[in-house]
Amino acid sequence: MTTTTVTPATGPAEQAEAPRTPARRGRRRAGNALASHVVLTVASLVALFPIAWLVFLSLGPDKDDYLHPGEIWGKMTFDNYSFVLQNTNFWEWLKSSLIVSLGTTVIGVMAAATTGYAVSRMRFPGYRRLMWVLLLTQMFPIAVLIVPMYQILSDLQLIDSYLGLVLVYCSTAVPYCAWLLKGYFDTIPFEIDEAGRVDGLSPFGTFFRLILPLARPGLAVAGFYSFITAFGEVAFASTFMLSDTKYTFAVGLQSFVSEHDAQRNLMAATAVLIAIPVSAFFYLVQKNLVTGLTAGGTKG
Amino acid sequence: MTVAIDRATGRRRGDRTPRPGLGTRLKHGYQKHWYAYAMIAPVVIVLGVLVLYPLAYGFYLTLTDADSLNSARTIGVNEIEATYKFVGFDNYADILWGDTAYDRFWSHFIWTVVWTAACVTLHYCIGLGLALLLNQKNLRGRTFYRLILVLPWAVPTFVTVFGWRFMLADAGIINSALETLHLPTPLWLEDTFWQRFAAIMVNTWCGVPFMMVSLLGGLQSIDSSLYEAAEMDGANAWQRFRHVTLPGLRSVSSTVVLLGVIWTFNQFAIIFLLFGNTAPDAQILVTWAYQLGFGQQPREFAQSAAYGILLLAVLIVFTSFYRRWLNRDEQQLAI
Repeated sequence: MTTTTVTPATGPAEQAEAPRTPARRGRRRAGNALASHVVLTVASLVALFPIAWLVFLSLGPDKDDYLHPGEIWGKMTFDNYSFVLQNTNFWEWLKSSLIVSLGTTVIGVMAAATTGYAVSRMRFPGYRRLMWVLLLTQMFPIAVLIVPMYQILSDLQLIDSYLGLVLVYCSTAVPYCAWLLKGYFDTIPFEIDEAGRVDGLSPFGTFFRLILPLARPGLAVAGFYSFITAFGEVAFASTFMLSDTKYTFAVGLQSFVSEHDAQRNLMAATAVLIAIPVSAFFYLVQKNLVTGLTAGGTKG
Repeated sequence: MTVAIDRATGRRRGDRTPRPGLGTRLKHGYQKHWYAYAMIAPVVIVLGVLVLYPLAYGFYLTLTDADSLNSARTIGVNEIEATYKFVGFDNYADILWGDTAYDRFWSHFIWTVVWTAACVTLHYCIGLGLALLLNQKNLRGRTFYRLILVLPWAVPTFVTVFGWRFMLADAGIINSALETLHLPTPLWLEDTFWQRFAAIMVNTWCGVPFMMVSLLGGLQSIDSSLYEAAEMDGANAWQRFRHVTLPGLRSVSSTVVLLGVIWTFNQFAIIFLLFGNTAPDAQILVTWAYQLGFGQQPREFAQSAAYGILLLAVLIVFTSFYRRWLNRDEQQLAI
């Protein structure tokens, strides 16, 4: 690398002043790299430690082991895991979590797809108002909807039912998916629509035959996002699910610590069991997720 | 977009003849746009049924004195009719300037603002710093660092918060470590100041990865010739950061900061799971409203809903000003 073509991406991290001797530059670059590595290693440790600690504690057989972690080394065991899998409602909770999250995902994506397309391509009276409503519903604090939802659902006898929770989650998932999908549809060239129109397809035909197949990655991102949000939701699930076989994981995990008893070892083991598949899933889609989230924002 | 072209039909919005009468306009609007309306129908219906109706009903509740003792309920086979009555705007007046309004609302409000500002600032600064470090092309192990740094986002919040609870407990690992270093060992989960400190710490830990990854995406999309040009003109590292990197990140930053403020302001899980009912002074408005509505007996439905409406009002006002501020010198739409 010569002095005139400094790699731009290193930009701010690298001090570049007047041309200098190669040796000094080299030393300076090595120093920068070392500093970067130190900072990044410390940050990685901070990011990793709480989770590693949870995994470590889950191996201790006694519920107060978290207070004297040194002793765990001597008596490490997977007993907590087998106990959780065999003697608790783990599988019931898994079932509830999956039903609720998948239900939300399917309804959210299906309802939102056509709208995402319409707001991406068409300018109709009320367009700006709809966009504003879609944005607005994303900032609803749970406190706004939780009370009226609770009353309405108890009138309809939907408290403690999967359907009730799915409906509640849809209130946030649907506008969010529409928003995300608009961002994705914006990236599909308009010329494709125009070609479809020239060939005599109706707007619906264009959408279903041309755009929808092209938008599969976008649909997947919207689906993943709804799934992850619904899976991790705490407030509504804690309030609306009453019987302990219908708890989602977010509620079930809390039930290990009650006023009388705190089975922290089991809780840690359950936490790890939940975290592994979810994080694996997350890593698979993570890159698309970010593009999807910010694409909606950068395009007008 | 200066001229809105309806790309699906190839029509241009500007090409309109003078406004006809209302009836004709409705008819034409329907003929021209019926497929657009058909396409947005599912979302409009869902929003109407699941959001607008509950919102209107919730607003009505805030005008009453509903709580769990006078709402309609079923005990065994007996159905008890609702007996709450209309009280107008008394709930709002009581919350905003009633007798103990400071303790009940304003103290939580101030803490919520501090919490949001502190968390978003920390998220953004740490996220930007890490993104800049990760954006060095010749750094070894970039992908590896990135995968680890994203971990707090990958694991569900309700799982990691419990990990933190174990660590922050009185005799947990953090206090043990502080004791070994002969530093003071605060009661993280009991003392108000330290509860707040712990809450901000945990939320920062959870929120940095999103900022980091988004800003990294933004950094990678900055045109590299800009840096070369800046360097040719003799800009030093700080000047390049100030005049190339920051303007280049503008649109991503405005989006993630807005999202960050909204999410942090509404952040329920962390405070709720970290403290449960034990920390009345560390509750932000969202968790406090939840506590009023569901965490106590009798359940104060009307009060809780009124808090919700107030929260929403704060967010709407903030977002409007934020958008106006962003658009102050150019016609770029933030969201």
